[in-house]
Amino acid sequence: MSGIEAIWRAESGRVLATLIRLLRDFDRAEEALHDAFLAAQEQWPRTGVPANPRAWLVSAGRFKAIDRIRRRARFADIAREIAATEEEAQMPEDAEPIADDSLRLIFTCCHPEIPADGRIALTLREVAGLTTEEIAAAFLSTTPAIAQRIVRAKNRIKELALPYEVPEPDQLARRLDAVLHVIYLIFNEGYSASHGTAAIRAELCAEAIRLCRQLVALQPEPDALGLLALLLLQDARKAARVGPDGDIVLLADQDRSRWDFPQIAEGTALAQRAFATQPVAAYTIEAAIAAVHCGAVTADRTNWTEIAALYDLLLRADASPVVALNRAVAIAMRDGPEAGLKLIEALLERGELNRFRYAHSARADLLRRLGRTDEARDAYQAALQFTGQEAERRFIEGRLRGLAS
Amino acid sequence: MRYLCLVHTGPDPFSGLSEADQRQFDRDSINYDKELGEAGHYITSDALDAPESAVIVKVRGGEISATDGPFSETKEHLGGFIMIEARDMNEAIRLAAGIPMARLGTIEVRPVFMIPDPDRP
Repeated sequence: MSGIEAIWRAESGRVLATLIRLLRDFDRAEEALHDAFLAAQEQWPRTGVPANPRAWLVSAGRFKAIDRIRRRARFADIAREIAATEEEAQMPEDAEPIADDSLRLIFTCCHPEIPADGRIALTLREVAGLTTEEIAAAFLSTTPAIAQRIVRAKNRIKELALPYEVPEPDQLARRLDAVLHVIYLIFNEGYSASHGTAAIRAELCAEAIRLCRQLVALQPEPDALGLLALLLLQDARKAARVGPDGDIVLLADQDRSRWDFPQIAEGTALAQRAFATQPVAAYTIEAAIAAVHCGAVTADRTNWTEIAALYDLLLRADASPVVALNRAVAIAMRDGPEAGLKLIEALLERGELNRFRYAHSARADLLRRLGRTDEARDAYQAALQFTGQEAERRFIEGRLRGLAS
Repeated sequence: MRYLCLVHTGPDPFSGLSEADQRQFDRDSINYDKELGEAGHYITSDALDAPESAVIVKVRGGEISATDGPFSETKEHLGGFIMIEARDMNEAIRLAAGIPMARLGTIEVRPVFMIPDPDRP
């Protein structure tokens, strides 16, 4: 049972991507994926796990899908689909490796014919395997809104019969931005999971890095290099970001000897390479910021002046409220908590960050450092209200207890 | 996660169907419940009698009052429900779209909310 669960985590994304290509229908493919794993749960304990579980699951899913279409074939139009699906679904034998369809699927999900908000939501769900509810949290949005975007995006793909393929080189650059943004969001959800019990969901980070490497191999655009640099640098600190009991360890308190230095070296070199090409993408600037953090031997040797300057640059490339929030934190480190607090409060007044847990916890932290305990308590409470994730909840509760004593 | 699919219909959802079609429709509905069961999604379901058969109960100042259902004048009413288990909202939507009544009425998909334990701080 736990073996099957591990295979689900490792393979479900790629099995689904292949089933979507074969069955040309998201809903039918999801149903087939579900059926395939039910069949695995039933058969594998008796027969053992097959040598190539991914191929087995694809094959079982395809078979179940055709079986279902047949059983539901009360209407002539569906009956006609059977023949077509069977023709398209000619599968290689189990021994043959199946091409990785994830990258192909990302480009379909990020097709310019799909509304921008739908592209990202669809990719996060279909490629990264996030639930509607997790995507809503990652987007600071509501579940019904995200659910509708996904339904509309799937309808659009069906309506226009969009192909499942990586675009030709002449179209690739135009299509790349949306894909990079999606990979970035997948990583973010893994880096600080919004739901569940674990603070970091390493498999989402690994998935984002894997997809980004594939993309770089396909087309080494500076923006893609910058993103890969950023992901590698952030991911390099993961062993030190969570304590032995699963609690969050802030950057300043991390055991830096546990960072992954070869990965930091790779990320820093990529960031430098990406920085050399103008105009510098937002991801590249973020990577440069991460490289400054990773280059500091101890927390108090961090070059906050350089980081604040990079945030000024980043805010010009990406004028988002979340970037402005991070810049405020950097300025608080450079000029003191009072200066940062003024900026954060101005941001909260604008309203876009009211449901964003980090805005409240950053404000709370600065209030705490200024000794304004009552206000800090209210702000931590506000942060707690928007935290769906256990380790973060414990961290904030710890801070609240610290205030009381 | 569990989701409750609430089936809303007009006063006479089958008015446009022949008796044979109506029987087929009922067969489809039963089969779909079975299909949901085989895939591990089904928890429970039922159809509901007409709103005219309903009684509204409340207690105010220790006194029980029972009155007629308030829905007799409205066009749409709750005709039945299916409780399902789904991975997320979009899987629940996909499963709800397969409910035969979705073709005659509308299905409202509501996530089940776990009431936090009031005694746990």
